[in-house]
Amino acid sequence: MTEFLTLLRKELLRFWKVGFQTVCAPVLTALLYLMIFSQVLENHVQVHGIRYTAFLIPGLVMMSVLQNAFANSSSSLIQSKITGNLVFVLLTPISNFQFFTAYLLAATIRGAVVGAGVLLATSWIGGLTMAEPLWIVLFTLLGGMLMGSLGLIAGMWAEKFDQLAAFQNFLILPLTMLSGVFYSVQSLPEFWQGVSRANPVFYLIDGFRYGFFAVSDASPWLSLAVASTFTLTVGLLSFVLLMRGYKLRT
Amino acid sequence: MICTAFKPCSGSFEQVGTPAVAPAVSVRHVSKTFLRSRQSVRALRDVSLEIAPGEFFGLLGPNGAGKTTLISCMAGLCRQDAGDIRILGHDTRQDYRQARRALGVVPQELVFDPFFSVREILRLQSGYFGIQKNDAWIDELLAELDLTDKADHSMRNLSGGMKRRVLVAQALVHRPPVIILDEPTAGVDVALRQGLWQFIRRLNNDGHTIILTTHYLEEAEALCGRLALMRSGEICALEKTESLIRQFAKHRLTVRLSEGNVLPAALQTLAAPVPDAPRSWEWTLDALADIETVLATLRESGCTLEDMRISPPDLETAFLSFMGQQS
Repeated sequence: MTEFLTLLRKELLRFWKVGFQTVCAPVLTALLYLMIFSQVLENHVQVHGIRYTAFLIPGLVMMSVLQNAFANSSSSLIQSKITGNLVFVLLTPISNFQFFTAYLLAATIRGAVVGAGVLLATSWIGGLTMAEPLWIVLFTLLGGMLMGSLGLIAGMWAEKFDQLAAFQNFLILPLTMLSGVFYSVQSLPEFWQGVSRANPVFYLIDGFRYGFFAVSDASPWLSLAVASTFTLTVGLLSFVLLMRGYKLRT
Repeated sequence: MICTAFKPCSGSFEQVGTPAVAPAVSVRHVSKTFLRSRQSVRALRDVSLEIAPGEFFGLLGPNGAGKTTLISCMAGLCRQDAGDIRILGHDTRQDYRQARRALGVVPQELVFDPFFSVREILRLQSGYFGIQKNDAWIDELLAELDLTDKADHSMRNLSGGMKRRVLVAQALVHRPPVIILDEPTAGVDVALRQGLWQFIRRLNNDGHTIILTTHYLEEAEALCGRLALMRSGEICALEKTESLIRQFAKHRLTVRLSEGNVLPAALQTLAAPVPDAPRSWEWTLDALADIETVLATLRESGCTLEDMRISPPDLETAFLSFMGQQS
């Protein structure tokens, strides 16, 4: 257990020591999104009878959770790989499962910390309720774990920082931005609704938002099922790659 | 299976488990092929060797001989295609956690985590091996490696030699009975190198098995009781150090003739000119008595000497002679 707790602590310290960059900066980014979109759309748009700014906040919180969970595991792994200090973990008796869970938990915690930061920074805006807090916690965990696992895969696969940036810019960013963070998918044309519903991140955002307002585009149970299935699948895939030492042990 | 526990802060270890006869390292028929640029490169070819507990063992060979690949396989960083490796009886694949607990590795590359101070790194490394409170041993290691005043410095701010010493401390933080040093003195200045070797020698005297790779052959000669010479992924010699030197190196006589002297024709066939040293010649001697033959011939020819040196057989000569024969 000490092995696991130490690796977890190291992963937490790694982002906490540069908290200005890993926590404060994404909170500020989310606030800028909120400021711009709410200024432009607050008086023009209402979703499910909810003020647009209040509707937007859970989406931004979840987007921050997802992007930062991915960034934590992927950047930690690739930095350690490229600088070579991953050897200090690979030489130890830490099991693959301990390695996997420590990275995953650290990624989820960073996602949750940034998400909580965004929530805290926007708490002065009225109209935000927490109708079903358990769903909020559940989807935060699922989102963090899904993106943490995906980050592990990206970190193992990438050999250069630009490969990781490509993974982030061409996969993670579109998946999170086109998932209903800024809008309800019901406002989209039918074709784009179909595309959005094929995006697993949509279910994470929608289920998370359900926790706040008790209304959502899709049934929260469907969101839970889809998010759980994806989290389990991607988690399993990253664990298998880790067990095989994919690009870690030659 | 052997279970090994360490006495706190003593730097030595005691066997708590079963047989004390298992080799410190056992490598049996290990092969490894890498795929590089769509071409397969055989890095290890059916390598077998055994290292006894408490040995100071040297692994030598030219660059690309397979030394680091073999070490990586022992440490679990690299997975062999065939064969098995055991550390104190623990299979590095089936029983990898026990095998890794028994092993400390100083990697060849100067790698470090820029986020942490020296002490934080050593505490984390202890934790990775399941050790919660290790400050007494960490302090001892820092003192031994002359790092006490750098304990709270970030790794980024240390010189290359200091970073190298932190790598040594990291490898020893869990008191491993088997220690692998992959070129540990590269980039370390002479005084620190001496200090490092004194420390490693003491660990060896306390019962730790040391496996060393180095390109400084005088170090290997002074420290290692037994050597394996590797070439093209194979072990081509596995001998006691003195036996290897005896077989492949001889005494050498070097003389510098006085100005205006010419080497007699009778001596020219066996003499080799010393590069960049005018009027200097060297002989490889089959027996020490040959010195008198050379000197007598020089005297008879009226040659006088400006300088003379007799060099005993050494590992460097033996290594070059052996590798020359192999190629």
